[in-house]
Amino acid sequence: MAEGCVLVTGGARGIGAATAEALSGAGWPVAINFRSDAESAERVAAAIGQTGGRAAPIQADVCDPDAIDELFRSVEERFGPVLVLVNNAGVRADGLAPQLGDEEWARVIETNLSAAFRATRRALGPMLRARFGRVVNIASIVGPRANAGQANYAASKAGLIGLTKTVAVEVARRGVTVNAVAPGYVETRLTDGVGNGLLKAIPARRAGTPEEVASCVRFLASEEASYVTGTTLTVDGGLSA
Amino acid sequence: MPTQATADSVEQVIFDGLAELGAEGEVSRVATFEDLDVDSLDLVELAQIVEDEFDVELQGEDVKDLQTVGDVIDLVVARAQ
Repeated sequence: MAEGCVLVTGGARGIGAATAEALSGAGWPVAINFRSDAESAERVAAAIGQTGGRAAPIQADVCDPDAIDELFRSVEERFGPVLVLVNNAGVRADGLAPQLGDEEWARVIETNLSAAFRATRRALGPMLRARFGRVVNIASIVGPRANAGQANYAASKAGLIGLTKTVAVEVARRGVTVNAVAPGYVETRLTDGVGNGLLKAIPARRAGTPEEVASCVRFLASEEASYVTGTTLTVDGGLSA
Repeated sequence: MPTQATADSVEQVIFDGLAELGAEGEVSRVATFEDLDVDSLDLVELAQIVEDEFDVELQGEDVKDLQTVGDVIDLVVARAQ
């Protein structure tokens, strides 16, 4: 395993937390970025520590461009270069288009898309030098597919998929892969309150778990996935098939 | 501890870097990146080599107009001041 570590943005809860644990299980030291939920982030780090892995919670608001640089510096000091970046931090602020405010629009685009771009930009240099890198963007089936009330979220996730493909082809020849994982309905705080009635539409007739999404990230981050790049792995129980 | 960026040390690091990146032909101050078959991704990597060695950051704006190896050397030395 190359000398370096994993950085999961928004790693304190939900898919991020499950991903941190899964990648620690694969042998990586893991930096668990969180914005404000220090307690949850520490809990994830402690759980990883219990299994003999190395992990540390690191605070940063990924929406702040300056904070990204500082975040990477802290992680590098602690664990070496970030060789696996999981752009997972995501928010939603729903509303129908005619009533979606500028603030709701900007906040979702900044967190879900712009922050992912900035983190990727910062991560690529060291990955290129290492001749190894994995960027995994947590997208969504919403984006490629419609979901009323989520024009901002859909735009951010569709944008994230576009970003994934282009960056992938820029760096492919250096052993750096860039892929997206598109979850369907997964029960986490982000989907709180959503989903009543949705289950009937899901062929698998159940929500996915954060662990099921994390397994996909783990595969894409592995050596075995070295020929997989620029693609989106959908994890949705058949919902968008 | 970053290396002191003098014209000589920067030239050495950049010449070595270009060799590592598989530059074809003679690496000299007057050689253009086109001559050396060094493309934009190679330049990104060269910028990272420079940053690792001298703690000097080269942004997209800077790198856009660089034509020759000498241009890069001069820029890094200037930035290090």
